[in-house]
Amino acid sequence: MNTERSSFGALESRLRGARSSSRKILVPYITGGLTGWIDAIRAAAANGADAVEIGIPFSDPVMDGPVIQQASEKALRDGATPTSIFNELRTVDVQIPLIVMCYYNTVFRAGHERFANALCDAGVVAAIVPDLPLEESGPWCEEADKASIETIMLAAPTAPDQRLPRVVARTRGFVYAVGLLGVTGERAELATTAISMATRLKKITDVPVLVGVGVSNAQQAQQACVVADGVIQGASVVRRLLDDGPDAVGNYVAEVRLALDSQSIAAR
Amino acid sequence: MTSKFVTRELLTPGPDGRFGDFGGRFVPETLVPACQELEAAFDAAWNDTVFRTELDDLLREYAGRPSILTECHNLGAQLGIRLVLKREDLNHTGSHKINSVLGQALLAKRMGKKRIIAETGAGQHGVASATAAALLGLECKVYMGAVDVERQSLNVFRMKLLGAQVEAVNSGSRTLKDAVNEAMRDWVATVESSYYAIGSVMGPHPYPFMVRQFQSVIGKEARNQFNVMFDGQDPNVVVACVGGGSNAMGIFSGFIDADTRLIGVEPAGGAAVGRGVPGVVHGMKSYLMQDEHGQVQEAHSISAGLDYPGVGPEHSYLASVGRAEYPSVTDEEVIAGFQLLARTEGIIPALECAHAVAWITKESPKIQGQTVLMNLSGRGDKDVAQMMSILGESPG
Repeated sequence: MNTERSSFGALESRLRGARSSSRKILVPYITGGLTGWIDAIRAAAANGADAVEIGIPFSDPVMDGPVIQQASEKALRDGATPTSIFNELRTVDVQIPLIVMCYYNTVFRAGHERFANALCDAGVVAAIVPDLPLEESGPWCEEADKASIETIMLAAPTAPDQRLPRVVARTRGFVYAVGLLGVTGERAELATTAISMATRLKKITDVPVLVGVGVSNAQQAQQACVVADGVIQGASVVRRLLDDGPDAVGNYVAEVRLALDSQSIAAR
Repeated sequence: MTSKFVTRELLTPGPDGRFGDFGGRFVPETLVPACQELEAAFDAAWNDTVFRTELDDLLREYAGRPSILTECHNLGAQLGIRLVLKREDLNHTGSHKINSVLGQALLAKRMGKKRIIAETGAGQHGVASATAAALLGLECKVYMGAVDVERQSLNVFRMKLLGAQVEAVNSGSRTLKDAVNEAMRDWVATVESSYYAIGSVMGPHPYPFMVRQFQSVIGKEARNQFNVMFDGQDPNVVVACVGGGSNAMGIFSGFIDADTRLIGVEPAGGAAVGRGVPGVVHGMKSYLMQDEHGQVQEAHSISAGLDYPGVGPEHSYLASVGRAEYPSVTDEEVIAGFQLLARTEGIIPALECAHAVAWITKESPKIQGQTVLMNLSGRGDKDVAQMMSILGESPG
């Protein structure tokens, strides 16, 4: 259960701190450039999010289901670019860590060093690159490490046991437990793989374990957090932003926060 | 005799799946074990004489291999060259796609998969996949951009007749690129039971290498046949159209060590090598049409099969080292090439292959007297309705 690292980045310190005070971690995902997205970040922060994941829209989001695809297409039509998103992020005055989720071509096109520095300048502390698996991650991670950007690695249900230790050794911030076989999107029930994935990871690491993909409401967040240290919620947040705007995001985050907190109290 | 070409060797990528700087395996973590498993399974199968014999038997007795060479005496005389076609259009299902699909479907069965997923542009790979699935008793789901479903309705119906399920993809540009995205999303969700039969020399390692190996039968046959026809000589020029680039890699692979110019003809509206810069999409690093922010641009081509903003990584490698050239032709030149081959030789080519005809026509003043081998990778039956709407009822 020992980690080889003795110091942690801004995100990981924060999440480890939350965990040691028995707080379950809640990370909403918001598509950058979507109408009202900056207000949605503020609303999430004000209502109990521990960090926010900001998606940089991409033309070919292969890990995303219909809701986030639709949000990406809309943001792109409205003219969102990585640069415009970074510029707006600089104006956000929230006190929680900002994480960016982007497909690898966005990073590759900008150049690793330039992209890592752009994230720093925008006040972002961590990055998730869902189509950059362990074997291809070396050149990016090197530049990200230099710029103190924490690169969050994904762990998937298909990974054999011998692969997981290598994934958690390379992750920074937290390890992203992919909750199911499939793309992002809301599901009627939490997949059994969400719990089994979190269990497998908790056995081998003390890095915070967050479950994402298919965690669709407050109840499912509670279920995942019986084992996991926290959850990432994407489609259920983005759908509310698309349909009802930033206030609906705030209300939803508050609802999930309350559910997680009451669970923590009950567990004490 | 020393070669004027830098590279005379056909590369076998190592574990990093690279052809030079290109290729790799840029896939979601969920798919990494599946790609590793496939790499091992293909390696074992390719080196297993039982598998190879079974595949060769299918290629001979089902697909109709070897495909013949046809010399175009009329068009050759008109252009001042000796023009020879490799007749992949005569394969069962009407294109070269069957070569790779029979191999992949056999491999899927060997791996214990019950279902294959495929993407398709013009519908040729979809039809080939549906055919192989019907033959080998596999379930088959084909993703096709909604725009392509419209312009290739005949092939959609063929796939359905063969028992495949066809899903029209309405995201993005609603063409081949988006069909690949949707096929990958399906694969992420069903990876344990499904085999993704990628239709070209693209995608994550080992697909570009594996599909080239399955298509290398084209080049192997063609070189022997050409040598027989031309008294031991190799052609001066080998020409093929390039979208993802599987028919081109298939024929190029037979001539990589010959003193032969290799020409991959791209559509002007989808010239990944000609107009692209290196990028990463669909699991591979390769030349890619994209904007300054890395958003993949939509291709625009009259031919659904070439309407793709990327290209297989081995083509990017061959371009980067100067072993192959990648010129492009316009839709208008393609229409003229389509009509020209029909009129002069009585062969209606697929619109994809009409790109190669168009380049040869344009280039002919510079290659007078030379021997040119063109891969006629598919027949034009599927394009007749589309050409009718372009040319009118009496094409004259």
